[in-house]
Amino acid sequence: MAGVTLRKVVKRYGDVEAVRGIDLDIADEEFVVLVGPSGCGKSTTLRMIAGLEDISDGDIAIDGDVVNDVPPKDRDIAMVFQNYALYPHMTVAENMSFGLRLKRYPKAEIKARVDEAARILDIKELLERKPKALSGGQRQRVAMGRAIVRNPKVFLFDEPLSNLDAKLRVQMRTEIKKVHLKVRTTTVYVTHDQVEAMTLADRVVVMNNGRIEQIGPPNELYHHPRTRFVAGFIGSPAMNFIPARLTETSGALVLHLDGGIVLPVPASRTARYKTYAGQDGLVLGIRPEHVTEAGDGTLGPGIAPFDIGLDVIEPMGHETLVYFTIGGETHCGRVHPDAGAADGQPMRLAADLNHMHLMDAAGVVL
Amino acid sequence: MTDAALTRTTPARKVRYGSMTADREWALRWSYVFLVIFAAFSLLPPLYMFITSLKTSAEISAATNPWWVFNPTLSNYVALLTEPQFLIFFRNSAVVSVLVVIITMLISIPAAFALSRMRFWGSATLATGVFLTYLVPDTLLFIPLFKMFATFHEWTGIQLLNRWWVLLIVYPTLTVPFCTWIMIGYFASIPKELDEAAIIDGASWVQVLTRIFIPVALPGIIAATIFAFTVSWAQFLYPLAFTTSVDQLVLPVGIITTLIKGDVFNWGQIMTGALLGALPPLIIYAFLMDYYIAGLTAGATKG
Repeated sequence: MAGVTLRKVVKRYGDVEAVRGIDLDIADEEFVVLVGPSGCGKSTTLRMIAGLEDISDGDIAIDGDVVNDVPPKDRDIAMVFQNYALYPHMTVAENMSFGLRLKRYPKAEIKARVDEAARILDIKELLERKPKALSGGQRQRVAMGRAIVRNPKVFLFDEPLSNLDAKLRVQMRTEIKKVHLKVRTTTVYVTHDQVEAMTLADRVVVMNNGRIEQIGPPNELYHHPRTRFVAGFIGSPAMNFIPARLTETSGALVLHLDGGIVLPVPASRTARYKTYAGQDGLVLGIRPEHVTEAGDGTLGPGIAPFDIGLDVIEPMGHETLVYFTIGGETHCGRVHPDAGAADGQPMRLAADLNHMHLMDAAGVVL
Repeated sequence: MTDAALTRTTPARKVRYGSMTADREWALRWSYVFLVIFAAFSLLPPLYMFITSLKTSAEISAATNPWWVFNPTLSNYVALLTEPQFLIFFRNSAVVSVLVVIITMLISIPAAFALSRMRFWGSATLATGVFLTYLVPDTLLFIPLFKMFATFHEWTGIQLLNRWWVLLIVYPTLTVPFCTWIMIGYFASIPKELDEAAIIDGASWVQVLTRIFIPVALPGIIAATIFAFTVSWAQFLYPLAFTTSVDQLVLPVGIITTLIKGDVFNWGQIMTGALLGALPPLIIYAFLMDYYIAGLTAGATKG
């Protein structure tokens, strides 16, 4: 087991830069998830760590050794692919032991390792089957088993759950986490699904356009995004972005939104935002769970009410999502199912500005 | 309840087919009509050959119904199968075809693997070039090849003409390009993740080829094998041009050169020889057809 280090790693395809200088330190036993929209360079980064793609510039080190020119088979890594990539003509046991057989391990050890991996993944009864006789979830387990038996320094996962249906995906997500807790191998995991990223990662790396936007533990990314991209990418339903004007009157800051909505900024944020008063292109970022029903009682400090006409509502059972329009854009709030929200009806909502984010025109969170 | 009671209580269900099904039925009927026409078209010649092979020379030349045998005889078969020459032709054909298939596969499989998977300078052009080579007909090639062999003899003193083994060099000019081409297509259909997984598992390129690609692409390889065998077995022009002595001849040429003496056509034996010659490809087709159709890649990736 070992750490992985990326230093100013660049990947160019002709004139196109797919990865534009990435720095990343992955600690031993850490589970790091690279997440971002398609084309952000996350898969390319993973494939460069695997050695399936050449590095145009920079260095990649595994366990302290620079592996730029080391072929994949000598990097001591194992990879799980999106479409499983099981060898169709081999049984499950043969699939899992293929790497060990190539390295001419003794038969007894191969069997012991395959049995151990099969036990961890609960696929003992499948060992003699061919891949075509397996379900999607079982194939995915076998693909993981093939990685586990090798006992590599690093696991690489390339969108391993994308081909599974929603229910199985949730189940396998838990499985992967359990396996990592048992096996404790350094893991780099690529996904475009922010929920997978949040639930699995020790640290999440949000990528966009070939660059790293932010690295941090899931909760830090969620509560303290550094850019508008990260703020919008992490969390579901996504954060609301509402164009706002910030004004200062006698020491207090006030946000003016379209439609005459006025929200006072909590005093605790005054010092942080004061210098941006009057600046153009400011955007208020607020998560749907911080836009709730105002209710009848008094609101806490920093929570500001506003009246708005709802467009549609989506009852989810434990909560109801309400959608409304400010400045031509649809925004979302989450209210109690009994709060009396209805399609097309006006409602008094409350914005908890203690959790607000303010961004400038360039998308930097202030 | 008895069976009779059951039958009575179950209302007779008259299935009304939708218009889609009616269309399908119509299409099916017509396709059968054309299949029958086509089958008759291609099966009548062998049938005629078979009928003729059972006749004596006298009956063939007699003005009777050519589609009927009045005095069936196996004399043509006995004559051919006891004739050492014919067995030599048969053996030459078998040896040449099997060796050509082996040579073709030894060249085509690695070539197709390289052209479908390794991106090197000019690989795409080379792949197209391989196919274009196949488009050059043998009728165009045999004269320059003949000239080349003669020149080769002048320079080195090694005689290539009238040697059966020279066919092992000549036939692959036909089989290798085509087999390489269809195998490029087959290899290209194997998901790239499969070789990447194998490479990460520690396989070398050669191991990826032998342990993953060849087993997975077996249906494609068998298709190519059938093709190479059929082409070598049925090849007529090259052996006619390059071999002349009786002991060097392959079956198709042997039958023609030995059974046609001047303007005397021994039709009974010609037909018998041709029928016997058609058997090996037929047997190979019959046995390998299932492989040809089976999709081994099922279950390799998502599903």
